[in-house]
Amino acid sequence: MIASAQRTARTMAGLDTYTGSWTEKEVIHLLRRTMFGATRADITYFKAKSMSDVVDELLTPTQTNPSPPLNNYNSGRITDPDIALGDTWVNGPSNPALNNARMNSLRAWWAGLMLNQDRSILEKMTLFWHNHFATEMTVYRDPIFGYKHNKLLRDNALGDFKSLVRAVTVDPAMLVYLNGERNTKRAADENYARELQELFTLGKGEDSKYTEEDVRVAARILTGWRNNRTNFESYFNPNLHDTDDKTFSSFFNNKTIKGQTGADGEKELDELLDMIFLQDEVAKFMCRKLYRWFIYYEIDAAAEQNVIEPLAVIFRNNNYQIKPVLSALFKSEHFYDAVNQGCLIKSPVDYSVGLMRQNGVQFPDSSKVVEQYYMWTIVYQVCSLQQQAFGDPPSVAGWPAYYQVPQYHEIWINTDTLPKRNQISDVMVLTGVRRGGEQIVIDPVAVAEMFDNPQDASKLVEDMVDYYYTLDVSSDQKEHMTSFLLSGQAASYWTLAWNAYKADPTNTTLRNVVALRLQGLLKYIMNLAEHQLS
Amino acid sequence: MKRKEFLQSTIPFATLPVLMNGLPLHALGQPDMMNTLSKAFVNTDHVLVLIQMNGGNDGLNTVIPVDQYSNLSKARSNIMIPLSKVLVLDGEDNTGFHPSMTGMRDLYDNGKLTVVQSVGYPNPNFSHFRSTDIWHTASDSNEEWHSGWVGRYLSNEFPNYPVGFPNDDMPDPLVLQIGSVVSTVCQGVSVNMGMAISDPDAYYQLVTGNYTQSPNNRAGKELDYIRLVAQQSNAYGQAVKTAGEKGNNKTTKYPDAGENRLADQLKIVAQLISGGLKTRIYVVNINGFDTHASQVVAGSTDTGVHANLLSDLSEAIDAFQDDIEQLGLKDRVLGMTYSEFGRRIASNFSSGTDHGAAAPMFLFGANVKPGLLGDNPTIGDNVQVQDNVPMQYDFRSVYASVLKDWFCLEDTEVDSVMGKSHDTLSVLNDTCNTSSAQREALRRSGEAYVMNYPNPFTAYTTIRYESTGGHILIQVFNNQGQVIETLVDSEIPHGEHEVVFDASNHAAGTYYYRYQNGELQQTKPMILVK
Repeated sequence: MIASAQRTARTMAGLDTYTGSWTEKEVIHLLRRTMFGATRADITYFKAKSMSDVVDELLTPTQTNPSPPLNNYNSGRITDPDIALGDTWVNGPSNPALNNARMNSLRAWWAGLMLNQDRSILEKMTLFWHNHFATEMTVYRDPIFGYKHNKLLRDNALGDFKSLVRAVTVDPAMLVYLNGERNTKRAADENYARELQELFTLGKGEDSKYTEEDVRVAARILTGWRNNRTNFESYFNPNLHDTDDKTFSSFFNNKTIKGQTGADGEKELDELLDMIFLQDEVAKFMCRKLYRWFIYYEIDAAAEQNVIEPLAVIFRNNNYQIKPVLSALFKSEHFYDAVNQGCLIKSPVDYSVGLMRQNGVQFPDSSKVVEQYYMWTIVYQVCSLQQQAFGDPPSVAGWPAYYQVPQYHEIWINTDTLPKRNQISDVMVLTGVRRGGEQIVIDPVAVAEMFDNPQDASKLVEDMVDYYYTLDVSSDQKEHMTSFLLSGQAASYWTLAWNAYKADPTNTTLRNVVALRLQGLLKYIMNLAEHQLS
Repeated sequence: MKRKEFLQSTIPFATLPVLMNGLPLHALGQPDMMNTLSKAFVNTDHVLVLIQMNGGNDGLNTVIPVDQYSNLSKARSNIMIPLSKVLVLDGEDNTGFHPSMTGMRDLYDNGKLTVVQSVGYPNPNFSHFRSTDIWHTASDSNEEWHSGWVGRYLSNEFPNYPVGFPNDDMPDPLVLQIGSVVSTVCQGVSVNMGMAISDPDAYYQLVTGNYTQSPNNRAGKELDYIRLVAQQSNAYGQAVKTAGEKGNNKTTKYPDAGENRLADQLKIVAQLISGGLKTRIYVVNINGFDTHASQVVAGSTDTGVHANLLSDLSEAIDAFQDDIEQLGLKDRVLGMTYSEFGRRIASNFSSGTDHGAAAPMFLFGANVKPGLLGDNPTIGDNVQVQDNVPMQYDFRSVYASVLKDWFCLEDTEVDSVMGKSHDTLSVLNDTCNTSSAQREALRRSGEAYVMNYPNPFTAYTTIRYESTGGHILIQVFNNQGQVIETLVDSEIPHGEHEVVFDASNHAAGTYYYRYQNGELQQTKPMILVK
């Protein structure tokens, strides 16, 4: 009875600083959760450092201002009259006929940033914010707005949450997406005012008790914002702003925000956010969201009490700075608890970008912009095939995997997407993708060479299991994996074959002998259920 | 239109064709209307069972050239089988089998087994891996091919695979490998055609979908979930499971499970064939032929490692053949053994033999031309340590014969699958009865005349289709089978065309679009998300 009622182990561990063992296993756990896949080079780089130093470094991005997306689309069929191939289009001029081409360029560019992420949490947090402040590019259909929106999320990814909410509120893409630019004093549009409270700050938890009237009142405060499609900035038009006083419900202590005229009307937004951010629920809501993104979707009573609540206190005490929260989380006993390792189903982006990074897939360099963007587009497309088209989440609520009770992350895996994941890894192992003399492919020999003992079939399998899986697998299963390398022969023949290749590395016959067998092994390893877990 | 062109013209993703096979039908519950298109025709029902003897089999102690006994004894005195124990073949006084091979000797004597002597290839390679690759790809010794001969044969028969598979015409795996991983032999032109049931135990693992016990924690919970989905999405796994349940074994000759791994595997093969699986080729393995040392027990040379291996081989083949006959399947099944090379004529000082060259192959079944093909190798009276059995037949001639006489390929097709022209041998009766029309129909199975993108979609999706000329009807059904839109209903000229389905007024869910162009009819699912 007990066993069925309590299927899984739980933890009481909280935010006390983790002082347990700090081995490659814990390093991999931290890297998998904060980056897209843990690469061999990153593991090696970080494992000599202390846990605290590693977390600090991961929270300090170095590539903070990436160069913007480029024209990769000039071809026989499409030609941008203003922007040359290889130049950026983000400064305009706008050109509706090129919207699709530029949006594709933006998607590819974003994939490129994730593939080439620095040793930091920056890209995973940028995607977190995209899921949080979800907008759909195919709805607002402006690639320049899209770029600016993306940049906003990235520039503020580890900054001040309250400032980010303010910036997003008047961000051109968001103003189009949630009708802010149609919000006017005569007929307030409540769309953004609702999501601001329901999805972006307070959430719908039981302690979030804002009212329908609060939505309408907030909408009036937000009247007057418009987009300038020449300089791609938003601006405040006092003439469209509702200048009456706005009074909120008892949830907000019946607060009245005094109506302002002229340019001062804009300041009501700051007062609105001050009022909302006084609510403890904001910090709790956000900490739960971070928890579901980085740890696991189920937040049991112990986690609520021992993790979410103290984390929310840290968030408030630091004036809604994000870094202290992440620092406390990633240094906590809770984060490293065995219960929380290996339980996160990889999102499509995590799976796909991680697949490329962990296997050292080489992409064309920047001298080949067309081919480079083409290959980055492939990565976008495989994410899209798995139902995570970044840039276009299914709705303003983001991807259901982060809110849909009770399935949550399991939504990513179904009878359509799981075979696709396997097909993607199969194709990358076997043939890769070619274009214009360039190819992205997993080189199985290069993969084997990342490990210390590739000549020893069983050691290589052990090391690969540790690298690709969090969970261990049985010795029977490892023996089966080893059989891919041995082809029914004694283990010494693998060693001979490997050493023969190493002794004459330019001999393609010798190389192919080991490559063929490694391909089978890699394909198999990546097709097992264990490979879907982070 | 060729599938490849079709995909290339739609998205820049043609290089990942396997991703484009849309949604697996079984995941959508396979409504009745999906079955109305099933075509009934006779399949080519010939099955080939390949037995790979990993390690390099010592052919000279397997098929013993009795007339060379004296010279051979000099070259390998420490491992030579006593002449009195050799199982001399009926009507072939100069040739006999190893004393362990009573079962296969009986098959030979009863006309169900044929021996092809001294099979190899020019310029033999003595590396296990490299020589295995040569046997699998059927390349020349100095060439590197990346596809296997079985894979190329199946690519020829099912050019659309894996897009549109499984389907009503070919609902089952094209080739099943039991006992090892899917090997190069199954690698087709672009994708591997094989499915592995990794070993007899894993056959049950496939059914239960489990390898390593999942831990009792959050990770274990998610692992169980993913495995469940994996099981559900593996249509072939289900087909194999069903065939396994329906099938049975009839002979009492199989040893107990676990005693003879090859027999265990062949028993599963017989069970699956009797269960109705349409799989064309099964690959099974017996490991351990790399007998450098202690191939025999000193002083008792008819016992030891090699004797045990040949005993397993013979017992397994004999039991399997008996099973197949009792199951009434004898005209459908052909077996063939191969090994990456034979072993040296001269033995070494460790009572073993080192890597060699040519060796015999066995073919068995009711439709082999019984007997011994070829002459005994000639053994000189002064064998040097590096001397090898010279090749008498090229292994690719054996393959070509199987393709021509068992799988009924035209000569030009045989050449195309083999990559070059090889002589064929008279080892099989001509039992080809599949018409070219039937083969053509199979070849087209899985071909896409219609597809949509994107899928899933939010409001609009584009349906691309090919017209062979004449009337085209494209209708959209909901999941109750009701027609909700007719998108095309007119004469459409030959070529590729597109029509957009506007679903903005329809609820989220699964829809089906049905394409009809005379005899060509296809129905496919698409998913509307909101």
